[in-house]
Amino acid sequence: MNSLRSRIARISLNVFAGLGLVYLFTPIFFIVLFSFNKPKGNYNIVWQEFTFDNWLDPFSQSSLTAALWTSLRISAAATLISTIFGSLIALALSRRAFKGSSVINLLLVLPLTTPEIVLGSSLATLFLNQTFVDFGSITVMIAHVMFQVSFVALTVRARIRGFDWTLEQAAADLGAKPWRTFRYVTFPLILPGVLAASLLAFALSIDDFIITFFNSGSTVTFPLQIYGAARVRIPPQINVLASMVLFFSVALLVLGTLSGQRSEAVKALKRSKDK
Amino acid sequence: MLARRADIVGLGALAVSASCLVALGTGWFQGTLNALVVLLLLIVVVGVLVLAAFGGPEARRLLAPYGLMKPGLLWMALFFLAPVWSLVRISLSTKESRFSVRYEFNWAWENYSRAFSDFGGQFQRAFLYSFIATILTIVIGYPIAYVIAFRGGRFKNFLLGLVVIPFFTSYLIRTIAWSTILADQGPLVSVLNKLGLVNVFEWLHIMDNGKLLNTPAAVIGGLTYNFLPFMLLPIYVSLEKIDQNLVNAAKDLYSTPTVAFRKVVLPLSIPGVFAGTLLTFIPAAGDFVNAQFLGNPNTTMIGNSIQDQFLRQNNYPVASAMSTVLMVSITALVLLYTKFFGTEKLV
Repeated sequence: MNSLRSRIARISLNVFAGLGLVYLFTPIFFIVLFSFNKPKGNYNIVWQEFTFDNWLDPFSQSSLTAALWTSLRISAAATLISTIFGSLIALALSRRAFKGSSVINLLLVLPLTTPEIVLGSSLATLFLNQTFVDFGSITVMIAHVMFQVSFVALTVRARIRGFDWTLEQAAADLGAKPWRTFRYVTFPLILPGVLAASLLAFALSIDDFIITFFNSGSTVTFPLQIYGAARVRIPPQINVLASMVLFFSVALLVLGTLSGQRSEAVKALKRSKDK
Repeated sequence: MLARRADIVGLGALAVSASCLVALGTGWFQGTLNALVVLLLLIVVVGVLVLAAFGGPEARRLLAPYGLMKPGLLWMALFFLAPVWSLVRISLSTKESRFSVRYEFNWAWENYSRAFSDFGGQFQRAFLYSFIATILTIVIGYPIAYVIAFRGGRFKNFLLGLVVIPFFTSYLIRTIAWSTILADQGPLVSVLNKLGLVNVFEWLHIMDNGKLLNTPAAVIGGLTYNFLPFMLLPIYVSLEKIDQNLVNAAKDLYSTPTVAFRKVVLPLSIPGVFAGTLLTFIPAAGDFVNAQFLGNPNTTMIGNSIQDQFLRQNNYPVASAMSTVLMVSITALVLLYTKFFGTEKLV
């Protein structure tokens, strides 16, 4: 009786989680499906007929492709700057305690606990009142670096929390100059965390809409292009580009899982050999 | 002496140069005073470099963290702290004349009274919708995170990846996809019509006049969907950390699964729910994308009003006043929340 009840509870929880996954993938299914649609008129909303045309010609919408390039350029530059700045902050914060570190921690968390619309509009008021830069790619990049820096700093800090700093001392004791210690000991050890943080920062930047919207001037990034297009027409090429990004990330996930399982298998094999 | 107290010097230099940048960015001073601030900034930066060069290894060791942090923190001073200052300043300013682009700071509190009188409904909806959406993300996200963490086994990472993948598509495209699904001639409405469930949904206030799209429920649903990973992932992280032996111990001591969950698993996962709530509620309260694509003119949130007043009406003072109110009330809520639920680390 009791075990039956707990089994039912168990199964219903699994079913609920399964339905949750279905829910998560519902819009994704529609995005991919409608990339094969041949829409009548401007809006790609009602299913008409199946076609491969959109996939054969994904870059036919020149404004969409141009916006994608703009986005990639801005995000690459912003990610590079913010990864350097953020990792340096993380290195400083995770070594030893120093005066003022609590204030700096607070300063790093604040951009994350501020709604994007406040970040975007406040930065726009700053740019409004000066004559050094016009609204455009530069201001968008500045804005992206601003929210990426604290994100990178916190992510890298979390990743290198358990780092054994005595390794640096060992290198120094063996006569390595600070630069050599950094180059051959510190840098290789923090690199995976830095790379992971920069990938996430890039993803945040390339998909950012609200902050960009306030600071873009006449520059059009990919999300802004979609936003503008959604008012007059939604070409199926948007779905194609979105599906491409999606399939690319699924492939990465599958590869990652497979290689992870392989290294697990290699470890297990080694363990059994050791015995 | 200076070399031994190099950490104080470094911190001081950081604070002074950050203040200089805030002052320059927000235009506190005019003309010659501005030049003096630039001079002070240069002196401080060069001074620290000189101390690092000639102060010996101990001074360098003490100065190092401040030097490493300087580029990032100065960027944040100029492009995060200074903007907040100028936002508050503009929110208390008025236009010099009707066609002027200059604003005069004159403690214009009427911007705030206008923000509340004209956009009070938008404030209420923003907080109500994002509150409901946050609760829904817990209801949906917690069980998924639980199943993955405790029953995922070998497929844990794969399942986790599966949960994250939908969010690799652009935020706007996802929201537009929902507007397709919920549209009047879309698939969901026709299925509900066939099943005759429309009346039930109307009674539940999910549907309105036979429509799913352009209702409050659609806006809340969009917010829930778009911010679900921000709830699910922190909960997963905190569940993952739980030692399975604790749950087994509870069972050995004759607790039923329900009691074991309530007394062991749930308390240990509260930090995740706590972090997830902040990460969901804060962006949801300031969002305007969902309300724009999934809502109607009577479901606009404060984000829509700020965006409209700022970018279309160019009414910067009132838009800034609304932004400031949103910022202050969110900060107050976060502080209150941390008081109630302990002061666990936010990130």
